[in-house]
Amino acid sequence: MLSIRARDIWFNPRSRGLFFQLIVLLSIASFLAFITANTIANLQKAGLTAGFEFLTNQAFFDINQRLISFSSQSSFGRALVVGLLNTVLVSSLGIIAATIIGFLAGILRLSKNWLVSRVVTTYVEITRNVPLLLQIIFWWATFTSLPRVRDSIEIFEVFFLNNRGLRGPSPIFEQSFLWVLLTFLVGLVATFALALWSRRRQLETGQTFRVLPIGLLLIVGIPVLIFFGLNEPMVWEIPKRTRFNFTGGINITPELLALWVALATYTGAFISEIVRAGILSVSVGQTEAAQSLGLRNKQTMRLIILPQAFRVIIPPLTSQYLNLTKNSSLAIAIGYQDLVSIGGTILNQSGHALEIVAIWMAVYLSLSLATSAYMNWYNKRISLVER
Amino acid sequence: MNNGNAAEFRHKSLIEICGLNKWFGSFHVLRDISLSVASGERIVICGPSGSGKSTLIRCINYLEEHQEGQIFVDGIELKGDLKNIEAVRKEVGMVFQSFNLFPHLTVLENCTLAPVWVRNTPKAEAERIAMELLEKVKIPEQANKYPGQLSGGQQQRVAIARSLCMQPKIMLFDEPTSALDPEMIKEVLDVMVDLADSGMTMLVVTHEMGFAAQVADKVVFMDEGQVVESNTPKEFFENPQSERTKLFLSQILSH
Amino acid sequence: MSSVIKSMEKNNRTKPRPPPIGSTGAIGWLRQNLFSNIYNSLLTVICICGLILIIPAGIDWVFLSSQVAGDNRFACQNTGACWAWIDQRMGQFLFGFYPEQERWRPMVAFFLLLPALAPWLFERVPAQRYLRIFSIAYPFIATILLVGGFGLPSIASDKFGGFMLNLIVGLSGIVLSLPVGILLALGRRSKLPLIKWVCISFIEIVRGVPLITLLFVSNILLPIFLPPDATLDSVIRVIIMVTAFASAYMAEVIRGGLQAIPSGQYEAAKAMGLNYFQSMRLIILPQALRISIPGIVNTFIGLFKDTTLVIVIGLFDILGIANAMVANPDWLGLSTETYVFVALFFFIICFSMSRYSMWLERRLGTKGSNGWSS
Repeated sequence: MLSIRARDIWFNPRSRGLFFQLIVLLSIASFLAFITANTIANLQKAGLTAGFEFLTNQAFFDINQRLISFSSQSSFGRALVVGLLNTVLVSSLGIIAATIIGFLAGILRLSKNWLVSRVVTTYVEITRNVPLLLQIIFWWATFTSLPRVRDSIEIFEVFFLNNRGLRGPSPIFEQSFLWVLLTFLVGLVATFALALWSRRRQLETGQTFRVLPIGLLLIVGIPVLIFFGLNEPMVWEIPKRTRFNFTGGINITPELLALWVALATYTGAFISEIVRAGILSVSVGQTEAAQSLGLRNKQTMRLIILPQAFRVIIPPLTSQYLNLTKNSSLAIAIGYQDLVSIGGTILNQSGHALEIVAIWMAVYLSLSLATSAYMNWYNKRISLVER
Repeated sequence: MNNGNAAEFRHKSLIEICGLNKWFGSFHVLRDISLSVASGERIVICGPSGSGKSTLIRCINYLEEHQEGQIFVDGIELKGDLKNIEAVRKEVGMVFQSFNLFPHLTVLENCTLAPVWVRNTPKAEAERIAMELLEKVKIPEQANKYPGQLSGGQQQRVAIARSLCMQPKIMLFDEPTSALDPEMIKEVLDVMVDLADSGMTMLVVTHEMGFAAQVADKVVFMDEGQVVESNTPKEFFENPQSERTKLFLSQILSH
Repeated sequence: MSSVIKSMEKNNRTKPRPPPIGSTGAIGWLRQNLFSNIYNSLLTVICICGLILIIPAGIDWVFLSSQVAGDNRFACQNTGACWAWIDQRMGQFLFGFYPEQERWRPMVAFFLLLPALAPWLFERVPAQRYLRIFSIAYPFIATILLVGGFGLPSIASDKFGGFMLNLIVGLSGIVLSLPVGILLALGRRSKLPLIKWVCISFIEIVRGVPLITLLFVSNILLPIFLPPDATLDSVIRVIIMVTAFASAYMAEVIRGGLQAIPSGQYEAAKAMGLNYFQSMRLIILPQALRISIPGIVNTFIGLFKDTTLVIVIGLFDILGIANAMVANPDWLGLSTETYVFVALFFFIICFSMSRYSMWLERRLGTKGSNGWSS
C-alpha cells in the first residue's frame, strides 16, 4: 500500500518545487478569475462590450499637429494612427538631437580644459536631477510666452518665432526636381563605391587616395549644377504675414518644440555620461601603445579607441533611445497629441479603456522587446573573444 | 656637456640625452640625466621603484614630456614639434609591462596595423613581415587568435613582434616580465636574448639581473631620479662603486 | 664608441630643484588646463564670454532686481523675478490642500522622518538600535499623523498635495520597491520554471511601457478589475503603481549585482550547509547589494522624479500646484520663476541622493575590499 506523507513532499527538493509552483499557479489563476468576473460585471453595468469594433466609430475631435490628413469625421482608428506617427516623429527628432548633444557633451566633459568640463558638468547635473515633466512644462511655458504673432522674432528674415510656434519656409518641388534627387543619390552611391575601392587599393598597394574632393564634387557639385541647369525646380515658400497670422511655410507648434527640446537636453545628459564612461573604459595603455607604434591621434581614435569604446556605449545607448521614446508619452501634459494623449481622449469618449490600454501596451512592448532582442544580438556579436 | 662634444656625440650615438630634467607637478622625478646610447648597444636600467627609470625611457619616445634638457634620437631632437615626435616614434618601438595588445583585433591584425596605416605598407607585404616575426617569437600558429585567448607570456611575445613589425632602430622595454607568472618569464627573456643577438639597440628596464649579466653591454643604476652608477655588467655586479648600488644589489640578489 | 659616465658619489648628488616657472602653480595650471593649445584657448574664451553674459544677468534677475513682497503680479513692477507669491502660497506648495490648522501634523511627520532614516543611512548613529526599532514603527506613526485616527481628525487623501505628496509617494515607493525588487530578482534566477517566467513577464512588461500608461491602468482599469462599488484610495493606487514600476527596474539592477558575484560564493555557502534563504540573507545579498548601490540609488532618484507624473491622473503634487498657480489670474505669466522654484526642491533632493551614493560607495568600497573589518 502506498502512502504519501506530507513530509515526503516537503523534504524532496523536486516535489517541493512542484508544490510551490502549484500554489503560485493556483493563486494566479484564482486572481485572474476574480479580475475577469469583476470586469464582466462592471462592463455589463456600463453597457459596454469588449472588442475593437469601436475603432471604426467617428472621432468627433480634431488634431492640429499631424503628419497625415485627419478631420473630425475620421475614425478613432485613424486618430490612433495619427497619434502613433506623432510619437514616432517626436521620438526620431529627439533621438537625433539627443545623440548629437550627448556625444558633444560627453567628449567635452573629458576635455582637459577645466572651464569647459565644469560648464558641461553643470548642464548634466542640472538636467539629470530635475524631473523631465517639469522640464517639458517649463519649455512649453517659455515657448508659449514668446511674443505674439504680430511681434514675431525674425531670424534671417525667413524664420519666425512666436507663441504659436516656429514657422519656417517649406520647399515646393516641381517634377524636374527628381533629376536633381537622382544625381544626388547616384553621387552618394558612387562616392561610397569609390571609398571602398580606395580602401581596398590602399591595403593592397599601400597608396593612399584622397576620396574627399571627388566625393564632394559628386555629392554636392554635380547635383547643384543640374539644379541650376534645370532652372531651379525647387523654391522655398516663405511664410507671409496676414492680418492675424502667417500663411505658407511649415509650422512647428510650441508643443512639439518644447517636447523636442526637453527630451533632447534630458536624454542628452544621460547619453553624455554613457559616452564618457565608454571612452574612459578604454585604458590609457591602449593609447600609449598606439602612439609608440607611430599612429597619429586621428588614427588612434578611429582604429583603437572608438571601436572599443563603442562596444561599451551601444547597449546603454539603445536603452536611452527606448527611454526617450517612452518618455515622449509625457506629451499628454502639454497637449501634444501623441499615441497616449489621443488614446486618452478616445478612452474618455468611448469608455473602451481595456482595449486602448491593450493597444498602448502592445505598441510600447513590441518596441521594447525588439530593442532587447537587438541588444542581445549585438552583444553576442561583438563581445571580445576570451579563453 | 658643451655643444662641441654634443655635436660629435650626436653624430655617433643613436640616442643622446643631455641634462634631462623632468617634474611631475612639483616633484623632481628626473634630475640632470645625461646618457648616450650607440647603435647596437644593449643597456639595462635598474633601480628601486620610484627612481624614475620607467619615466626615463618613456621620455625617449615622448610618452612623457620633459621640461628641461635635450633628447636626440637618431639625430632628431624631441621637442614639442609633432612631426619630429612622429618621426621618432616610427623608429622607436616600445614593449609595455601590461602588454597593451589591442583586444578587438587578432594577433595578425595587431601586428599589421601600424605598418599599413603609418608606413603605408601594402597589406599582403605587412602580413608577410608579421608572420616572419611571429615565427621568430615562436608563436606563428596563434596568428588568427585574439589576445584574450593567449597566455601572458604569449601576449608579451606578440607585443614584441608587433613593435618589431615597424622595423624600428631602437627597442624600449618597460619591465616586460614584471606582470608575468614565473613560468612564462623565461620564454619572453629568450626572445629578448635572440633580439639582442641580432644586433638591435635595446634599452631594458627590468629586475631580471640574469638577463642583464647575459646580454647587457652596460648596466645603469638609477636612484631618486639620477644615474648613480653605470658600468659593464661584470664590473657592476662584482665591483659596485656606490653605497646605494651595493644596498640595492644586496636586496635584489639576496635570493 | 660608448662613453662611460663615472659614478657619482654622495657629495656629488644633485639636490632636487623646484620646477621651472610657468610649469606649475597658478600659471602652470592655467597653461595646461585652459590654454594648452589653440582650440582650448578658443573654447576658454568662448566659455568666459558666455559666462559673463549669463551669470551677472542671472544674479540680477534672481536677487537684485527681484521683488519679494506683494499680493499679486501687478505688485511686481521690477524687471527681475517676482517672488511675491512665495509668501502667500508656500503653504500650498508644501502641503497642498491640507487644512491649515492641521498642518502641524505633516510637519511633525517630516521631522520624525529624519531620525527614522538616520540609522539606516549612516553608521555611527547614537542609540542606533532604538532608532531602528523606531523606524519600523514610523510608517504607522506617520500614517496616523497624516490620515487621522487615535483622536486626530481624519483628513481625506484628496487633500494631500504639494511637496508632501511627492515625499509620501516617493518614500513609500523607495521603501517598498527595494524588497519587492530583490524578490523579483531572486525569482528571475529561480530554477522553478513557473516562478521564473512569471517574474520575467512582470519585469519585461512593466519595464517596457511608459509609467503614464501604468498610472492610467491604476486610475481607470483598477476600478473595472475590482468588484463594482469597491474603491481604493487614489494615493494608495499611485503608490502601488509607482512601487511596481520601480521594482521592475530595481530587479534588473540587483540581477546585475547577483551576476557579478563569483559562483564560488554560492558554492561556499552551500558547502557550509546554509539553506537557500540563509545563504541569500547572509552571504549573497549583502555583496550583491553593495555592488549595486549606484544602480539602486539611480532607481530611487528616478522614482522620486517620476512622482511628478501624478498630475496626469489629477493629483496635485508640487508641480500640479505650480501649474494651477501659473494659470491663476493673480499670478499669470510667472511661469519661469515658479518652475525654477519647484525645480530647486527636486534638484536639492536628487543631487543629495547622488552624492550620498558616491559617499556610500567610497565607504563600503574600502571596507569591503579589506575583508577583515573590525
